[in-house]
Amino acid sequence: MHIVVCVKQVPDSGQIRVHPVTNTIMRQGVPTIINPYDLFSLEEALRLRDKHGGEVTVVTMGPPMADQALRKCLTFGADRAVLLTDRFFAGSDTLATSYALGQLIEKVSATWGAPDIIFCGKQTIDGDTAQVGPGIAKRLNLLQLTYVQKIEDFDFDKKEITVHRRAEGGIQVLKTKLPCLVTMLEGTNEMRRGTMADALRAARAGIITWSAADAGITNLALCGLKGSPTIVKKVFAPPARAEKAFQIEVADKSYEDICDALLGEVYKRQPALEQDMVKMAPGY
Amino acid sequence: MVEKPKAPAAGNSRANTKKELPEHLKAYKHIWVMLELERGVVHPVSWELMGEGRKLADKLKVDLCGVVLGAPGTTDGAVADCFGYGGDVCYVVEHPSLSDYRNEPYTKVMTELVNKYQPETLLLGATNLGRDLAGSVATTLLTGLTADCTELDVDAEGSLAATRPTFGGSLLCTIFTLNYRPQMATMRPRVASVPLLTPGRTGRVIRHDVSLPEEDIITKILAFLPDGTTNKSNLAYADIVVSGGLGMQNADNYQLVRDLAGVLGAEWGGSRPLVQKGWIPTDRQIGQTGKTIRPRLYIAAGISGAIQHRVGVEGADLIVAINTDKNAPIFDFAHVGIVADATKVLPALTETFRKRLALAATRSAAE
Ligand SMILES: Cc1cc2nc3c(=O)[nH]c(=O)nc-3n(C[C@H](O)[C@H](O)[C@H](O)COP(=O)(O)OP(=O)(O)OC[C@H]3O[C@@H](n4cnc5c(N)ncnc54)[C@H](O)[C@@H]3O)c2cc1C
Repeated sequence: MHIVVCVKQVPDSGQIRVHPVTNTIMRQGVPTIINPYDLFSLEEALRLRDKHGGEVTVVTMGPPMADQALRKCLTFGADRAVLLTDRFFAGSDTLATSYALGQLIEKVSATWGAPDIIFCGKQTIDGDTAQVGPGIAKRLNLLQLTYVQKIEDFDFDKKEITVHRRAEGGIQVLKTKLPCLVTMLEGTNEMRRGTMADALRAARAGIITWSAADAGITNLALCGLKGSPTIVKKVFAPPARAEKAFQIEVADKSYEDICDALLGEVYKRQPALEQDMVKMAPGY
Repeated sequence: MVEKPKAPAAGNSRANTKKELPEHLKAYKHIWVMLELERGVVHPVSWELMGEGRKLADKLKVDLCGVVLGAPGTTDGAVADCFGYGGDVCYVVEHPSLSDYRNEPYTKVMTELVNKYQPETLLLGATNLGRDLAGSVATTLLTGLTADCTELDVDAEGSLAATRPTFGGSLLCTIFTLNYRPQMATMRPRVASVPLLTPGRTGRVIRHDVSLPEEDIITKILAFLPDGTTNKSNLAYADIVVSGGLGMQNADNYQLVRDLAGVLGAEWGGSRPLVQKGWIPTDRQIGQTGKTIRPRLYIAAGISGAIQHRVGVEGADLIVAINTDKNAPIFDFAHVGIVADATKVLPALTETFRKRLALAATRSAAE
């Protein structure tokens, strides 16, 4: 069995600062991490491999330093890692990204065998679009199972997979055929720590690095800014509210008085609320 | 995904920042909203989109059209509401294989509809269904898609200007699809309000027949396991939400939040660290990576007001914040503040509300 997992290196957005004048992201010194949503997919891939045999190939598209993220995946136990990096990919939107990753996976297939299953993260924490997974599936003409909470059944001989997919108001139990693309929901599993042997292997392993040409991508018009139908015209900080909060007087006041004052303020600002609350409240 | 350039306009040499629509795409007209009909109910985000879509259609003087897919005989209510919420036209596709959402048949039908009727703009909810479908449809059509928008507008040239948060909400960006059609976008639930329903309002129904042999569809639905109703959150659509943050100090104190919510008949939630600590379940998280809420009253106890939290609550009519730190960022966007210990204020507030509501209830019973 061959499993491909797509990951992305992202800035740790908890530590992102925005330049107050230019409204640009101040990237200097912001540490990068593997997109946290990708780890649930990687762990699921490793579990399938451990149970059914085969290999896990981790792929990413990004700047040369994205090899750090791939090396980390190797320490978790992935078998092989491929980085697609080229200046032609700069500025890719979701459509251009799905093209490049689709082409990359084609080349991976030609080199190490066609994947039976491809995993992507549900979404990234910097882009947040959740569109690249479905995009890759379409590019490769694969079936897709998104927001998967659990792989209920995996029959490699019959090439069938049954999953629990999160939908509005409940869980869809879906059965489909391999090969397919899966995105896992967060919190579905916990990433393993990786063995000492994996860590040693990862330290020594070479990250396979391909340029666009290496990956057989010749139509550069479909890559990067050129291949992106969407155009970012304006970037700005969320507007601040004009006034600060009205503060309820607290000095030397009992909690009872503070709460009475608060209720007065609430009902003054939302006059209809008091009557409606009586209807909403469970009743005493 | 490689990130977009941060300050694109100036010095950007790309050819397509100007609108140069190829001849064959000029026929694309009107605004479409995909109405998410599942098990007899249309997701409210579809109506929120109809409200936003109506404003865009009026500015552009085009039709607002709903699109509804479902099993035969299940779409009548959705069609009537489509007009009631402001639609001029409703496209209807009924087929047994469309009874529940599945990516394959829905993608096939949506792309077929777009290619035949040529909308200029196609809007979907940023729900699991909408995000699953939008990516497949946009990639099939090779057009631009702006995901998870918080604001939709049109610019002077009539192009869709879709604004979305990026980098976890630290920045907003406005994105265009100038040279491809349709322009696609998904919008987060609850960033817009549901418009008023005008019962009896009518419009034009266009029925479209499709060939969808079930044996050609590989993915099968074996079962649907509905969520238990107990404990399930309805945060996104609640009128009153009480929430807690790390300032509640421990899981036991969090009960004070639930006590107040209980008295008010409100929903309860919290900041992300509370989910990570296991004090509250994932579907109770409020913010950028959790739920966006639009209650009439939001009470935040011991929450600092980080940007990722703020973007999820800004649509509230009235925000009350309780925090010991008078400089906490939450006071920058709350309307009413109390600088005090939330673990002390909450029980007192629960008691005050309890008395007040009981009094109001007896009064209204007497009238
Ligand atoms: C990619 C990403 C996505 C995120 N998504 C979300 C999200 O969706 N939702 C979300 O909420 N966060 C999210 N976060 C986390 C966010 O950045 C903040 O870390 C988080 O909101 C802080 O939670 P908090 O306010 O509970 O805790 P803190 O920031 O630690 O604030 C605690 C507050 O409690 C106050 N306090 C302390 N004791 C008391 C007391 N006794 N009484 C009253 N006040 C007291 C303190 O003054 C302080 O202001 C995200 C972060 C990242 C990086």
